[in-house]
Amino acid sequence: MAGIYLDNNATTRVDDAVVEAMLPLFTQHFGNASSMHAFGGAVGGLIEKARQQVQALLGAAHDTEIVFTASGTESDNTAILSALEAYPKKRTIITSVVEHPAVLSLCDYLENKRGITVHRIPVDSRGNLDIDAYKAALSPDVAIVSFMWANNETGTLFPIEELAKMAKAVGALFHTDAVQAVGKIPMRLADSAIDMLSLSGHKLHAPKGVGALYVKRGTRFRPMLRGGHQERSRRAGTENAPGIVGLGKAAELALQHMADENTRVRALRDKLERAILAAVPNCFVTGNPDVRLPNTANIAFEYIEGEAILLLLNENGIAASSGSACTSGSLEPSHVMRAMGVPYTAAHGATRFSLSRDTTEEEINHVIAVVPGIIERLRALSPYWSKSGADAKGFAPVYS
Amino acid sequence: MWNYTDKVKEHFFNPKNAGALETANAVGEVGSITCGDALKLMMKVNPDTNVIEDARFQTFGCGSAIASSSALTEMIIGKTVDEALVITNRDIAEYLGGLPPEKMHCSVMGAEALRAAIANFKGEEWVDDHEEGELVCKCFGIDAAMIERAVTVNNLTTLEEVTNYTKAGGSCQTCHEKIEEVLEAVLAKQAAKPPEKSPLLPVAGIKPAPAPAPKADAPVAAAPKMTNVQRMQSIMMAIEEIRPQLQRDGGDVELVDIDGKDIYVRLSGACTGCSQSASTMMGVQMKLVEKLGEFVRVKPASMLVGA
Ligand SMILES: Cc1ncc(COP(=O)(O)O)c(C=O)c1O
Ligand code: FES
Repeated sequence: MAGIYLDNNATTRVDDAVVEAMLPLFTQHFGNASSMHAFGGAVGGLIEKARQQVQALLGAAHDTEIVFTASGTESDNTAILSALEAYPKKRTIITSVVEHPAVLSLCDYLENKRGITVHRIPVDSRGNLDIDAYKAALSPDVAIVSFMWANNETGTLFPIEELAKMAKAVGALFHTDAVQAVGKIPMRLADSAIDMLSLSGHKLHAPKGVGALYVKRGTRFRPMLRGGHQERSRRAGTENAPGIVGLGKAAELALQHMADENTRVRALRDKLERAILAAVPNCFVTGNPDVRLPNTANIAFEYIEGEAILLLLNENGIAASSGSACTSGSLEPSHVMRAMGVPYTAAHGATRFSLSRDTTEEEINHVIAVVPGIIERLRALSPYWSKSGADAKGFAPVYS
Repeated sequence: MWNYTDKVKEHFFNPKNAGALETANAVGEVGSITCGDALKLMMKVNPDTNVIEDARFQTFGCGSAIASSSALTEMIIGKTVDEALVITNRDIAEYLGGLPPEKMHCSVMGAEALRAAIANFKGEEWVDDHEEGELVCKCFGIDAAMIERAVTVNNLTTLEEVTNYTKAGGSCQTCHEKIEEVLEAVLAKQAAKPPEKSPLLPVAGIKPAPAPAPKADAPVAAAPKMTNVQRMQSIMMAIEEIRPQLQRDGGDVELVDIDGKDIYVRLSGACTGCSQSASTMMGVQMKLVEKLGEFVRVKPASMLVGA
């Protein structure tokens, strides 16, 4: 087995069919879509086809609602900054404590440097949004509400449609960071209250460095990048034509694999989770197990540390990821684990396995066979663990 | 992925001297589960010769924490207590062929556990002297207070000077924006001081009398006007609301002083003395900003000049 890749929420393998669709764009259809000749015209047509493919995946009413960008991060930044600029009198943003840094860091910056009021709505122990706190924060001063559709660490889904309707009721724009949700769960934006939605190519088997922002027709919009009139002046800069064509193809494939993702992949994820929970003591699933992406399992192993787990998994040819502090070089465990109140004893050992349509049953069986031994091995080293099990009381180090 | 040396990998994948040592007569326990690493070092010291005859460890932590612990035991076995005492965290890192800068704290933990264990053997009490505010530069473990001190004492004005004096910002550079913010804040504070050098002004390390009221502070737009007493009460109430959550993690927070937009607090219990306090501080700050409807900055009480 050539390595088992269970880190698809970090990035995915580019589908062979996507690569094939992109290749002609480099040497054959290399023109600039804005040019007044056949070289350009061919590329323009391919980009418009990609726009329709993304429209179809999102169930959007119009292809012109899709604006291609260079990443999920750019889409998130564009949406929030656009709302503030389009509604200069409104000086408040609502978001959640568990967003991706693409939203959280921007909000911190806007708060510190531009005096914008930011409400960060908390979540409960399963990662569900505190709807009452959200209600209380809504006001006519809110320029934009931005909630992620699916959490990248736990896969937990927010009730986006309901949240969007509540924002509309006070006249606020509603944006969702759907980078993890697009391609994994079905969507119909044509019938939705969502004004803007971010997606990223590399999370759905397209290449890195291409994304899109859905902007519902009629939504006030101000571009973040000004320059040429590409993307109907919504995003200046010569289009990343190969990337866009790749994203279009990936969107088409995602639609075809949607059923597989929600049946076979979901079943594999559930099998993995059940087997680990049964074989390993003192571990639990984080997030809301009932309302989440079909591909994500986040398991917190108590009394051991995530980076050590990843290193041993890697030795066994398994790629996973961790919200552990040590993998990022900081000392604090993931803000998502902390926001859910996962105790430190477990937050440091939270490990994410994220599957994709490429994942096979054979791979999952191998992971199931290997994980319990790894956990046992690390616990044998841990001062918080004794032969009889968890022993947090028996160890009381000096500055704790 | 971290670029670990072969030596680090060797000590992580096949740690030496792991596990409990039943015959130990010197035990050092440092770190905390909150911070993500903790180490229990157990040694068997010959009371006649003071030679460390055996050493074992139990570690909760990442790859380099486990490797550092393993390396430490190998380094001290056979040494006398006094010989062992001169081992520094750098020696541990060097033994491992180097550690990534962000991981140097793992070697620090090893050196501290050693000191704690030796103190235990000698019947002394080991006090952890490691005090960290919010780390600004992770590569060199420099906090805001250290930068502020260097800037004030040496009249520094540029980022380059700060790097030259403190090393902060000299490696990966991700902290440059934060260093500039600290620098700007200090310079702004200096500029706000009356130009003539009054003999009553603090020279260094003396806390100026707290200003009677944050007079010049224009209220942030849209913040409802509160009297100073109301404001103080809201701050105290907000702190009270945060405490149960911290207490659940074995910590606590206490309000020490309010100086305009600067709210000074003291953290205690789990988390003092580790960088985790930085994120706890941030949490407290977020809560206060939310409650007050104005921007305030939460600082550790240790940053009160002279405290
Ligand atoms: C929820 C979420 N939002 C945004 C991003 C950023 O996307 P990109 O890597 O395309 O900038 C990611 C991926 O890292 C993500 O998981
Ligand atoms: S954090 Fe790397 S140089 Fe400061």
